[in-house]
Amino acid sequence: MLDATYIALIPLLPLASFVILGLFGRKYFKNFSGIIGTTSLFVSALLSLVTAYQYFFVSGKLDGVYQKIIALKYTWLQFSPNVSIDMGILLDPISVMMLVVVTFVSLMVHIYSLGYMKGEERFPTFYAFLALFTFSMLGLVVSSNIFQIYIFWELVGVSSYLLIGYYYDRPSAVAASKKAFIVTRFADLGFLIGILILSFYAGTLDFNTLIERLTNFESSQLKEIATASFLGISALTWGLVLVFIGGAGKSAMFPLHIWLPDAMEGPTPVSALIHAATMVVAGVYLVARLFPVFALSCPAALEVVAYVGVLSALLAALIACTQTDIKRVLAYSTMSQIGYMMFALGVSGYYGEDGTGYMASMFHLFTHAFFKALLFLGAGAVIHFVHTNEMTEMGGLRKYLPITHITFLIACLAIAGVPPFAGFFSKEEILVAAQHHNQLIYWIALITAGLTAFYMFRLYFSIFWNKEHHPHGEHHGEGPATMMIPLIILGIGAALAGFVPFNKLVTATGSILETEFHLNATTIMAVSVGLAGILIAMRLYKTQNDLPERISSSLKGLYRASYRKFYIDEIYLFVTKKIIFNLIGRPAAWIDRNIVDGFMNLLGSSSQTISEEISVMQSGRVQQYAAYFFAGAMGLALLFIYIWTK
Amino acid sequence: MEQIGLQHILFVSISLFFIGVYGFLTRRNLITMLMSVELILNSVNLNFIAFNKYLWAGRLDGVFFAIFIIAIAACEAAVAIAIIINLYRSHKSIDVESAAEMKY
Repeated sequence: MLDATYIALIPLLPLASFVILGLFGRKYFKNFSGIIGTTSLFVSALLSLVTAYQYFFVSGKLDGVYQKIIALKYTWLQFSPNVSIDMGILLDPISVMMLVVVTFVSLMVHIYSLGYMKGEERFPTFYAFLALFTFSMLGLVVSSNIFQIYIFWELVGVSSYLLIGYYYDRPSAVAASKKAFIVTRFADLGFLIGILILSFYAGTLDFNTLIERLTNFESSQLKEIATASFLGISALTWGLVLVFIGGAGKSAMFPLHIWLPDAMEGPTPVSALIHAATMVVAGVYLVARLFPVFALSCPAALEVVAYVGVLSALLAALIACTQTDIKRVLAYSTMSQIGYMMFALGVSGYYGEDGTGYMASMFHLFTHAFFKALLFLGAGAVIHFVHTNEMTEMGGLRKYLPITHITFLIACLAIAGVPPFAGFFSKEEILVAAQHHNQLIYWIALITAGLTAFYMFRLYFSIFWNKEHHPHGEHHGEGPATMMIPLIILGIGAALAGFVPFNKLVTATGSILETEFHLNATTIMAVSVGLAGILIAMRLYKTQNDLPERISSSLKGLYRASYRKFYIDEIYLFVTKKIIFNLIGRPAAWIDRNIVDGFMNLLGSSSQTISEEISVMQSGRVQQYAAYFFAGAMGLALLFIYIWTK
Repeated sequence: MEQIGLQHILFVSISLFFIGVYGFLTRRNLITMLMSVELILNSVNLNFIAFNKYLWAGRLDGVFFAIFIIAIAACEAAVAIAIIINLYRSHKSIDVESAAEMKY
């Protein structure tokens, strides 16, 4: 039976470890804090596996359809008899799947950090922040109420900010954390307005009720929200697009992606957990959570999701091809893969065969978590070994880092979509869904798949092959067991996660989606594009040669545009510095300095001048005072005479 | 000879009053200033007596007031002279201009 008490423990255990480590960690648990954090998360992970087993195989189904179960509901703020903010636990296929993914990846990162972060001054603080993040993310995925999700959404943003800025003595890390926070806050403004629009018209904040009301064409709420319009677009579309903007900010979709590459200033395990596997898919999760409303009531908003997704996927893939910082390559690849998930949702329908996109998106989210966490942790191991992020300074590391090499290769094959690794299955489903829905999106997605394979293997060959490695200075081994074990476990996951029968478990409607795997043109195209990308990368980067140099100089303009990330950061800087600061900031500052301050200064200086003038009257000479007094008395007497004699 | 009327007495009292005010404002010697104050008080006394006599001849209120004022003027003179003596002790002068420290 699904018992709420132990499900509630899944997010509460990390919260407890955050409180304990945050308050007492630096004083009492200097050396055990890692163990404490990891243990509590291990229990959480076990409990989520039990929950998943209970839900998927024992009690989640009713007549062959997975139910949305409210396992726990606590009314937190009651506004009116019908509107309240609840704290609850909602179990449905995607939330249970996310519980497993989040706790699993987080556990791997906790274990990995035992080795990677060893000897850091603020080791307990690091684990406290990790626990806070895990708590917020788990709270987010089980939210039963749209306002609850918003609260945890912001908590996730805060913990991401804290972790990016973990090395607070580096100016670049501080700048990156601020950038991430401000950009996502900006997007969250859209999310909040979207929540307000949707819940205002639906008359509820509860997810299930809201979805039910806004998808039922007979309901008065849907009629009202669909007819109310602003600037010629219905309130429903506005609400959903604004909610999507919130999701796009968290998920680093174009044009709100600029914070993600900079977020790589955080410690590498943090990048693996937050900026690759879990937090950045929150936007996808949000769209998936409201998917029935998108798909059934407002296909226009879903089109927006699809095009933003596919544009981000292509743009990020193009940028990733030229970056030289290995973590940045991975960051752009994350953005590209999340773009994949987004447009897979965007091309999906709700019922039956049309729902392939939804299933594929969730499937890709699942597999991506494994191989992207693996890639980041592998990159962490490489950085740990060579002490640099620049791939041009690496090469020939396969002899020195055998375990990292093998697991990294598995992850690269998985992301490139080579069968039978995990990415192949999910990417295949996405491409099928796109082909059925929209040819343009399909072709862009296919090109992106080729680019993905190319840049991932460019990375792989540049790190592990290419030139010979000349170890200099003192040599240490590949890394402690705590770093290698998560790599191996995730490697197994990345290799095998594709065999999870997602079409039976996680679908839009909850019932089984019958997809037959058949070898057809789509599959062959996808795989051959991937292989072509790998072969080109192999030709260019396996051994040291001047071909990459020649190609980049022949494609000079394009190469530079891609290397400079298509100048998007510069555009933002231009818009903020030149336009917003100059046109709004400066006049506002001028008004503040001259009119507002000026008024106050005028008050001050005039009262000072007047007091100086009249202080002369306080001469201390008695006779002068007497004269004033006499003059005053005379004045008054004359006044009275004048009044009475009139 | 015509009888002395109210206006004559009031004229004397006003003259006395303004002589007192003039003395108070122009003299620098504190003793003289005190004497000017006495002149002012006496002009008021004159008024009281005159009004009592000419307007309410059967009553004594004005006369009582005059006696009160004379008593108070005596007290005031005692206090003022005490102040003047103290001022003299500290400033070695009874010039009012020399005691101008109490200012802004």
